[in-house]
Amino acid sequence: MTYDAKLRVWRGDADGGELRDFTVEANDGEVVLDVIHRLQATQAGDLAVRWNCKAGKCGSCSAEINGRPRLMCLTRMSTFAEDDVITVTPMRTFPVIRDLVTDVSYNYEKAAQIPAFTPQPRDADGNHRMQQVDVERPQEFRKCIECFLCQDVCHVVRDHEDNKKVFAGPRFLMRLAELDMHPLDNLDRRKVSQENFGVGMCNITKCCSEVCPEGIHITDNAIIPLKERVVDRKYDPITWLGAKIGRRPHS
Amino acid sequence: MTTTVPAPAGTGAPGRATIAARTLRTDRWWVQPAITVGVLVAFIVYSTIRAFENANYYVEPYISPFYSPCITTACQGDTFPKLFSGPSFLTPALYILIVPLGFRLTCYYYRKAYYRSFWLSPPACAVAEPRAGYSGETRFPLVFQNVHRYFFLLGLVFNAILTYDAVLSFRDHEGRWGHMGLGTLVLLANATLLWLYSLSCHSCRHIVGGRLNNFSRHPMRYRFWTLVSKLNARHMQFAWVSLFGVALTDLYVRLLATGTITDLRFF
Ligand code: SF4
Ligand code: SF4
Ligand code: FES
Ligand code: FES
Repeated sequence: MTYDAKLRVWRGDADGGELRDFTVEANDGEVVLDVIHRLQATQAGDLAVRWNCKAGKCGSCSAEINGRPRLMCLTRMSTFAEDDVITVTPMRTFPVIRDLVTDVSYNYEKAAQIPAFTPQPRDADGNHRMQQVDVERPQEFRKCIECFLCQDVCHVVRDHEDNKKVFAGPRFLMRLAELDMHPLDNLDRRKVSQENFGVGMCNITKCCSEVCPEGIHITDNAIIPLKERVVDRKYDPITWLGAKIGRRPHS
Repeated sequence: MTTTVPAPAGTGAPGRATIAARTLRTDRWWVQPAITVGVLVAFIVYSTIRAFENANYYVEPYISPFYSPCITTACQGDTFPKLFSGPSFLTPALYILIVPLGFRLTCYYYRKAYYRSFWLSPPACAVAEPRAGYSGETRFPLVFQNVHRYFFLLGLVFNAILTYDAVLSFRDHEGRWGHMGLGTLVLLANATLLWLYSLSCHSCRHIVGGRLNNFSRHPMRYRFWTLVSKLNARHMQFAWVSLFGVALTDLYVRLLATGTITDLRFF
């Protein structure tokens, strides 16, 4: 079935812009990205939109649909009524380049600052060995497609531009957790997690987990465990003392 | 609802897409925080009244969870050793409520719940918070949320005591074993829910095994961690159900103590 969908799309650039109304044809089984593409093909040839896979795997088509951070290619038109007005805006946490395309460099800058994987020496036969149970936790985080929707929704930076300096955002707190839990990694990242990447800024309100298209339990499985590890290192006198006198290696 | 509050500095920061609305969400995002406020306020009001009532908390052989462990000489009942006598304006509940209160106040789940619903930080995802400044849990007083694990451990002691109370409720009003009433089941259910709430705690998950990086070298702790992780996925549900459990258990004891109802006796 074909119908006329009502779209409200933000058009503009860093100097300003506005929401504009369009009526675009929509067909059965389509997703919002299909309709945005049709809008580009038929009425707004210069509409800027970023996409690659149309399969929820490249993380390019992040936007906000009716105010909720989502992948355009994973949002079915069938979730809306035919007479709903569907509002599509760029992510509101990052500087806009044009129309639906934002500048997400903040995320790459944070990624580059994280101390890299630092493996312990190889075994005598020259191999690194680890067991499946030991890497299962970090593996969940490897599902990340770097869509940065979690970074977009996180109120710590969304509502407070200044915090971008001191807060790495959920995606990269998860990276710190991944490395800190890694069975072969030798670096203690607990102190930097708190002091340089701002895990204490997160108030565990779980919006990152709510929007993650990969369904990663960012808060429960990465950030809270990281907070607990930071407590071991910085706030818990007993665990700290245990580590000092060598009763409790960080292993 | 969506456009009455002007957009705070946040999403209006220079360079971002110029959109005035605080949120473009079209669903009823305020329902969830509103319910949370309603339930928590009701609980706080009820438990405050009960903590100061200083009566109707004990009726053979049941004691209300708000007053257990009952540690002063002013206590009714014999469920716990009487350790000291305090001034009469302090009820026995007031000495002990700090533990369950601190436990729940610093709980990762309740933090989420009240940061969202009372602090509006944020009220819902992608809805701008009203305040301009934000430092999260990095400074006084919120940095003290990091003591949660100590409250967790104290909470375990309380769970043990409330379980003991449930066991004592298998005695009849003359202290003979072999009694069971509806109240016994109520106390047992309450204790069970409290254990489920405590064992599903994030700090518990960390302590039993989460802090390790090599599960394969600690098979027992890995099994504990796996079990706690399963419970942990339902922590929110346990948090609410056990909260209702405590309030309803107290209410049941109060209704018995005031003679409003009589206990259904099985044997
Ligand atoms: S849980 Fe923490 S990191 Fe995730 S969105 Fe909320 S404040 Fe940000
Ligand atoms: S964690 Fe989820 S929401 Fe965040 S960047 Fe990765 S896939 Fe996207
Ligand atoms: S286009 Fe690749 S995730 Fe949507
Ligand atoms: S996290 Fe909720 S009780 Fe510990």
